[in-house]
Amino acid sequence: MDRVIKVGMADLKVIAGNGVLVTLGLGSCVGIALYDRTTKTAGLAHIMLPSSKLIKHNQNKAKFADTAVEYLLELMMKMNAQREWIIAKIAGGAQMFSFKGSTSEVLKIGERNVQATIEVLRQHDIPIVAQDTGGNYGRTIELHAANGILVVKTIGHGVKIL
Amino acid sequence: MSFSFDNLNPLHLDILKEIGTIGAGNAATSLSKMLNRRIDMKVPEVKIAEFKDVEDIMDGAETLVVGIYLEFQGDISGIVLLVLDVISAKRITALLLGNAHRDALNEAFSEIEVSALEELGNILTAAYLGAISSFTGLAVKPSVPYFACDMLGAILSVPMIQFGQTSDRAMFIETDLINGTERFRSHFIVIPDIESFTVILKALGVV
Repeated sequence: MDRVIKVGMADLKVIAGNGVLVTLGLGSCVGIALYDRTTKTAGLAHIMLPSSKLIKHNQNKAKFADTAVEYLLELMMKMNAQREWIIAKIAGGAQMFSFKGSTSEVLKIGERNVQATIEVLRQHDIPIVAQDTGGNYGRTIELHAANGILVVKTIGHGVKIL
Repeated sequence: MSFSFDNLNPLHLDILKEIGTIGAGNAATSLSKMLNRRIDMKVPEVKIAEFKDVEDIMDGAETLVVGIYLEFQGDISGIVLLVLDVISAKRITALLLGNAHRDALNEAFSEIEVSALEELGNILTAAYLGAISSFTGLAVKPSVPYFACDMLGAILSVPMIQFGQTSDRAMFIETDLINGTERFRSHFIVIPDIESFTVILKALGVV
């Protein structure tokens, strides 16, 4: 049985070789999975907000798309990951509550999180090889260090293997 | 004054608990009237936790739950989220709609059940905010309710992100609705935005 390591809200973890990184019940947050297949190094962040630059209270690096990607890369490099081989898979960013004609900015945060994540990964030249984002439902994701597979589970919307 | 859940003092916490208790009491009274039977609300528990521990406080991020979400605006603004486990939500709709709906325990929520639960969110929120309003003299008006039925973690991400703008911790007011021997597990989460906290404390003459 592979070891399973939980990644909570505004949290991130890095492992290598084997094991599974799991984040449960992603809603409007985004799960950013980075993987280097040459060293089997896997990193998973559960970000809540698009950018640390818009917010004064920004000590927790795992909370924001920009700082979480930087910190994940830093930790993966420390574990001897090959920078040029690192790829990304992303999931989440749902709008959990929707209503016709709603203009609530609070509820659209999922979409903004996804856009910010894509932009940050582009700035770091990390290709996004798979993406399962948006919709109005939650997701549980598992990143497998042995092969880089990202499993996305939902309630009533099936299971996807990315 | 810069207010944050990261540096709450005991006085602030007491005030938040007191507001929670009054709000919950008012909400229980409204619900009793609506159901025409006595509904009690347990004295709420106020919990403050780091985000990564949130899913341990309520059991299981993957548990299927019902969430009713509202926003409020006025002198203070913020969001309200009522979370019920699916069984409790089904039992409450049965009470609201009559026994004809008793059998539908294992099915998805019908349109009329969703409406009933949204109305429940409306009534509890109006009563709760009404209590805060008469307590502080501040004007506040709720939005229409939004319904979702999905994983607890995903539903909670909405209020957690709101907390995340200003803090690394989140505050919950947890309370059970009690109907005789029947207990409906619920979490009623009220999050005034950070400026509103200062407004509330000022209105009460604390800062």
